[in-house]
Amino acid sequence: MGWLSERLSSSIGKKIIMALTGLLLILFLIIHLLNNLLLYVGPEMFNENVARLEAIKPLVRVIEIALALLFALHIFNALKLWYENKKANPNKYAVDASSENSTVFSRSMVITGVTIGIFLVIHLATFWRTFNFGAHPTDGRHPFYAIIQDAFANPFIALFYFIVMIVLGFHLKHAFQSAFQTMGWRHPKYTPIVEKIGTAIAIIMAVGFASIPIFFYISSLGGK
Amino acid sequence: MDEKINLTLNIWRQESANAKGDFEQFKVSVSPHASILEMLDEINNNLEREGKIPIAFESDCREGICGTCGLVVNGHPHGPIPKQATCQLHMRNFKDGETLYIEPFRATPFKLIKDLIVDRSGFDSIQQAGGYISFNTGSAPDANNIPISKQIANLALDAAECIGCGACVAACKNSSAMLFVGAKVSQFALLPQGQPERYDRVEKMVIAMDEAGFGSCTNTYACEAECPKGISVSNIARMNRDYLKSTLISK
Repeated sequence: MGWLSERLSSSIGKKIIMALTGLLLILFLIIHLLNNLLLYVGPEMFNENVARLEAIKPLVRVIEIALALLFALHIFNALKLWYENKKANPNKYAVDASSENSTVFSRSMVITGVTIGIFLVIHLATFWRTFNFGAHPTDGRHPFYAIIQDAFANPFIALFYFIVMIVLGFHLKHAFQSAFQTMGWRHPKYTPIVEKIGTAIAIIMAVGFASIPIFFYISSLGGK
Repeated sequence: MDEKINLTLNIWRQESANAKGDFEQFKVSVSPHASILEMLDEINNNLEREGKIPIAFESDCREGICGTCGLVVNGHPHGPIPKQATCQLHMRNFKDGETLYIEPFRATPFKLIKDLIVDRSGFDSIQQAGGYISFNTGSAPDANNIPISKQIANLALDAAECIGCGACVAACKNSSAMLFVGAKVSQFALLPQGQPERYDRVEKMVIAMDEAGFGSCTNTYACEAECPKGISVSNIARMNRDYLKSTLISK
């Protein structure tokens, strides 16, 4: 297997890792969002679904380990690429013309990525930990739903989640079609469709995820 | 004789790679018909007349096909007009009273030699690694002996338009040479004559590219936007595809 690690550590190899892990993480995000959208169907529905996942906990744990590996590979490679690319290009031009030859989404992947990485740590330390190991509310409300209700009643937490989810949209706007390009999956017939799907994913993810903290915060104002 | 236009030029001056460089300001009155290189010639004539050291810059054919010239004008390699080389950039594209910043291509693998001249021999090492085909010598073969569809021939010739000027590296935030290497890989990968070395070639050229210190591709496509020949980033996708395939099939 020496040939594989050797090939994957080249400039293109590292990008291939970014593309493949990125695409799998997008798949995870889609499942995560579908799960979250059950919040809008109602507390019972959401709770039932969490209970269903609890019932298959060993499988969930295996998937979580796989996800942790995907994230670790994606982040580790990104930081390595960022360092090497900075080394290859340390000097800036006197006039910055980058806005005229590239999109802001493509140029801000490191910044949006780091933001999402920091968010991930916070998200795991709060929601994920409370769901898995924390004390659940026992006031008669559906417990998992209530955890979310209580968290997003705090305007700072709600605003933080809202902003990071918009940033996630920025990241995905470039990410999806960029992964296809890196894998060499480019064709005059299909690339325009891939670009449109990428934009749709970015918008659906940003709007879908960002709407939840706003919904719960506004609901909390209603005195529920 | 047309009216001349007045420009304020900030031109990068640097004695050598390790010396400290800075912009030197020149106020010039120039004919709108002059190219930017002719304007620099005029400035140099004046500098020499005054006993000063002229500005060092490179040029050769001055008709946009050799790839020797290459200046960054206001942040754009080869200037703000798309699909033309520095030598084809005429001063009529600028307004009277405008300020221009003229800099060398900036990238770690393009070591500065003097003022506006950089060392692009990294490209040579990539070409030497795999930018060739093998064929039998002898009498000239008949034209169109090997059938190639017009569509494929077009793509190969589009890739072969690359003049190796280095603008893609200069435009890239990562100083990646992937548009150049993608074009050089593609021009052979598309044609029957390039098949014997196809997967060997992409492997060797990518290794040479990494060894020369060029960065990797974030797919911002700034290279395509700044390329004087409009080389398409689909050539990068083809290189990636061939590289992946060579990884999987090589013995």
